[in-house]
Amino acid sequence: MTIAAESKTIEHGGASHNGEPTGMYKWLTSTDHKVIGKSYMYTSLVFLLIAGSMAMIIRAQLMSPNGHVVSQQMYNELFTIHGSIMLYLFAGPFAFGGFANFILPLQIGAPDMAFPRLNALSYWLYLTGGTTMLLGFFTAGGAAAFGWVAYAPLSSYTNAPGPGPDLWIIAIALTGFSGIFTAVNLVTTAFYLRAPGLTMFRMPIFTWSMVVTGMLILIAFPILTAAMIMLYCDRHLGTHFFTVSGGGSPVMWQNLFWFFGHPEVYILALPYFGMVSEIVPVFSRKPVFGYKGLVFATLAIAALSTGVWAHHMYTTGTVLLPFFSALSLLIAVPTGIKVFTWIGTMWGGNISFKTPMLFVIGFIVTFVMGGMTGVMLASPPIDFAVHDTYFVVAHFHQVLAGTAIFAGFAGFYYWYPKLTGRMLRESLGKLQFWMAFIAFNLTFIPQYLAGLRGMPRRVPVYLVQDHVTFLNQLSSVGAFVTFLSFVVWLVNLWVSWKKPIAAGDNPWDGHTLEWGTSSPPPHHNFTSLPPIRSQRPVWDANHPEHADHLNHELPKKEAIRR
Amino acid sequence: MRTVRAGVRSFSELKLTRKLGVVLIGALALSSCNPTFGAYRGATTQGKDIFSLYQGFWYTAIGVAIVTFGALLFVVIKFRRKNDAIPVQRHSNVPIEVIYTVIPAVIVAVLFFFTVKVENRVTAVSAAPNLRVKITAFQWGWRFTYPNGASVVSQGANYPQMVLPVGETTTVTLVSQDVVHGFYIPEFNFSRYALPGFTNYFDLNPTKVGTFIGRCSALCGLYHSEMLFSVRVVTPTQFQTWLSQQKAATA
Ligand code: HEM
Repeated sequence: MTIAAESKTIEHGGASHNGEPTGMYKWLTSTDHKVIGKSYMYTSLVFLLIAGSMAMIIRAQLMSPNGHVVSQQMYNELFTIHGSIMLYLFAGPFAFGGFANFILPLQIGAPDMAFPRLNALSYWLYLTGGTTMLLGFFTAGGAAAFGWVAYAPLSSYTNAPGPGPDLWIIAIALTGFSGIFTAVNLVTTAFYLRAPGLTMFRMPIFTWSMVVTGMLILIAFPILTAAMIMLYCDRHLGTHFFTVSGGGSPVMWQNLFWFFGHPEVYILALPYFGMVSEIVPVFSRKPVFGYKGLVFATLAIAALSTGVWAHHMYTTGTVLLPFFSALSLLIAVPTGIKVFTWIGTMWGGNISFKTPMLFVIGFIVTFVMGGMTGVMLASPPIDFAVHDTYFVVAHFHQVLAGTAIFAGFAGFYYWYPKLTGRMLRESLGKLQFWMAFIAFNLTFIPQYLAGLRGMPRRVPVYLVQDHVTFLNQLSSVGAFVTFLSFVVWLVNLWVSWKKPIAAGDNPWDGHTLEWGTSSPPPHHNFTSLPPIRSQRPVWDANHPEHADHLNHELPKKEAIRR
Repeated sequence: MRTVRAGVRSFSELKLTRKLGVVLIGALALSSCNPTFGAYRGATTQGKDIFSLYQGFWYTAIGVAIVTFGALLFVVIKFRRKNDAIPVQRHSNVPIEVIYTVIPAVIVAVLFFFTVKVENRVTAVSAAPNLRVKITAFQWGWRFTYPNGASVVSQGANYPQMVLPVGETTTVTLVSQDVVHGFYIPEFNFSRYALPGFTNYFDLNPTKVGTFIGRCSALCGLYHSEMLFSVRVVTPTQFQTWLSQQKAATA
């Protein structure tokens, strides 16, 4: 069985076969999941650069104890919008809007998403929402300045007057709807449009991750949207959901917000775990180790994540500590399973350290560090000591930002050939990785110490006698170099644009269906499909003597023998 | 078949005992020098309890890190690509999967046990404390009110000072007048939110005489970073003298 390879030529800009629209017009009107997926990806990367620049200003301010780079008000606006962009407009949409859109239909052999027009609506809602958030800076009172968590009553009209906070609320509601629509679309696509032979337990882990993420979004995002509407009503329509004087409860906001907020961090992380679970097997030349365990670990993480929200509220004194700390500690188990399956996949493999794999290793190292401090924070007494300090800032950047950046770029380098038909340069990719890896950890490891010395988060100034000045300087230098590593990535894109190297259909010897079509794929994705008899149809077709379905026919001991 | 099995067993047993040995020796070596891992040792009985829990978590983390990073380093070096061969296509190994599920579960169960123990001590509120202080947080300052009516409050750029007796139990009643604030004393290893419309109670048992910085930990608006205070821990007699002076001053 050979895989039909269609056209090997590199297409510049938009596809022009069959009289399809090209260029700008195509981008504006397309309902093709590949175009929308790319739009999502590049838009979210622009948001990464915007929010990254904000982080640079923040870090410049913190270079000295009494920095004067920005005003206190501006500082509060910057970290609020930095956090909001990174979570709502970069990390989520990059993976769940970008990669999922482009890759998921290909991986299950579908011609497009289940609801192509709804898909286009999602993207435009997202772009509108993102722009709305940025517009806050151009209002008289400035953008929202109450942190990405918008705790009541700091977010009330009295404490945060002006249109900036309203724009923030509207932006979140719009991107929330966009996320809900994408979730409906992806889950439906994965359930109904799988190619013949592709059973649920043959779905690649990436697709599984997106399905589970989609379900989590359907649980969590409506709560967020509802909470935003309640907040808006409190601000403008005289309701009292979150104000004490009217009989409401500020802690209620925290419960609602974190009931969304904690599933949200897994909504951000699971898609990236899925990418890693694709990349590790391909570069190790082995199937993923413990496939079913990995699927159940993903489901377990999703289930547990809906019951841990109050670990963000230990210090409020209003929650049942043992329950939430038990569940929060427990979530380390399925998360650990994931890490061990990745190591298990590499074990006995033949590992090539191309750029995507390097980023994956960087991700695992950073994530495990952040995971271990996460276990500490799951213990209420330890959280009492470091809650709302830089210890927490360091923790969530290592798990969240580390995941989005390292696993995200791993995915980008891995699938870019499929997206465009071109390769990115290995040399620049490796340079970017080493800069990012060293600098990122230089940024965040000192922050753990600063937090333990008592430096609270969200402060533009600190005391000389706290002895955290040097730690902050290390952190700032690290941050600047991290940002430079993004510039290397831009150069890489530019070089690949100017001097293309053709990728071919399957440059990495990939396993899953997206590597069984041309790069970039034709209009409806496949001209023919290889037979699907396992989780790795393309591998089976390219390595018939090592095909997965053969293994099952062998007696068990034969299959394990080295 | 026998050879395969035996190979697997000896491999995992050897690795496991060696790793456990390293972890144990490392933990012993560490605990003998009693490292702080960057944290304060705690200047209250509660803070000290939290500190030892924190240390315990660190020893566990070091063990987990040695195993995980050790395994990662091992595969990265041992299995890097040298030729174009296709390795054995192993899909799963149930015993190993069970091991890496059960061991972490046991570890977190132990951590949970100690967590609950320390948590119960730290959050316990005495029925008969030696002193009760009411703390009110507001944008952007603090008011410390003592039972005899004496009170200390932030004024302009002057940070207020709370005075506590050493070796005695103080029960704090914490509220906020406006938005959410965080009452945080780094050297006590302790913070608690001051909420509007909800009162928090907790005990502080200072063990060390001295002056400590306190601050707001929860973002509360424009001057959040300047919402500082200090805590002066003195002997009970000094405390009584101070209290009567305050009363005279307030009256
Ligand atoms: C380029 C690397 C990055 C640097 C140097 C950086 C730096 C910072 C700094 C200095 C703060 C402010 C901390 C404070 O004042 O309390 C912050 C906050 C935050 N960052 Fe990042 N960040 C980076 C990337 C990311 C990424 C990729 C994400 C998410 C995926 C992220 C999510 C957040 C969040 C949620 C906050 C909290 C905002 C708040 O306090 O409301 N950051 N970051």
